[in-house]
Amino acid sequence: MITSIQLVLALFIIFAISRAYLRFREKVITSAVFMLWSVVWLTALIVVLSPPTTSKMANFLGIGRGVDFVLYVSLAILFYLVFRLYVMIEDLRHEITYLVRQIALQNPSKKPKRRRRT
Amino acid sequence: MKAQIIVPAFNESQIIFKVLTSLPKKLKGISDIETILVNDGSQDDTLEQAEKAKVQTVSHVINRGLGAAIKTGIEWAKSKNTDIAITFDSDGQHDSADIPKIIKALITQKADLVIGSRFLKKQKIPLDKLLINKFANLATFLMFGVKSSDSQSGMRAFSKEAIKLIDFKGERMDFSSEILYEAKRNNLRIVEVPIKAIYTPYSRGKGQKHLNAIPILIRFLVRFLR
Repeated sequence: MITSIQLVLALFIIFAISRAYLRFREKVITSAVFMLWSVVWLTALIVVLSPPTTSKMANFLGIGRGVDFVLYVSLAILFYLVFRLYVMIEDLRHEITYLVRQIALQNPSKKPKRRRRT
Repeated sequence: MKAQIIVPAFNESQIIFKVLTSLPKKLKGISDIETILVNDGSQDDTLEQAEKAKVQTVSHVINRGLGAAIKTGIEWAKSKNTDIAITFDSDGQHDSADIPKIIKALITQKADLVIGSRFLKKQKIPLDKLLINKFANLATFLMFGVKSSDSQSGMRAFSKEAIKLIDFKGERMDFSSEILYEAKRNNLRIVEVPIKAIYTPYSRGKGQKHLNAIPILIRFLVRFLR
């Protein structure tokens, strides 16, 4: 018997997978990234439709409750995503600086007249 | 022998003219010396003041940080086939009379990177500056294994080899330690020379902020982990 919250969450996950698929088709994300998100969302779907799965995993890993297991895994994933975002922002910053540098070097001021040799 | 004095500047209109006109126009043993001001997206009239001082300038269209400005200067020096590149802070903290000293050390001691150290000779340095610099030296040693008495000094001289090989990514204050690491990685010879530090209320206000240490550490950690 599926409860209403399970239905809502399952529909949301299907929507999320469809969005990821559309981004993949538009070549906004690579196949590897699409696979990663598919695994994440399909795992979430299994957890939503069959909550005892989390309890089994929790018992296997020595964690008290299934909901704790979900929380720990979610936190780990979130931390990793924040880290990846930070790296991505750093890369973007370097790329902007590279562009700014190239523009600067290609447009120097006119050479000043006062230039002496010894 | 060609030399370039690289002066990175961001909103330094109050003092930049004085700094630029104090720089040497000729030096013993150097046939051609040029000053290049890297205007790092200044919003005031730093650029106009530099042009008034009749120095070559290149401008970042937006502010990218001290490290980025220094690298632009190094790239400029590289494109001009320069033999020696000297970096010199634009806030009036350095004494231009130290430039011949660091060039001499580069040539006579066959060094590739000369650091003008503010802490090699006894002089009056504000306690907060002393502590933050000691901390930066320790962090540079722990993270990169390079010992330096002044890892954050703005006055350095690079040999032609160093200009070619040192490739740092740090765009803000984190680049100073990275330069030392790059020198070590490329087996370049590092020499330190004592220089004078001029602390005025203006240069103190412009220098490295104490709280900068935290984002710098985070950036280094992320670079190690990525």
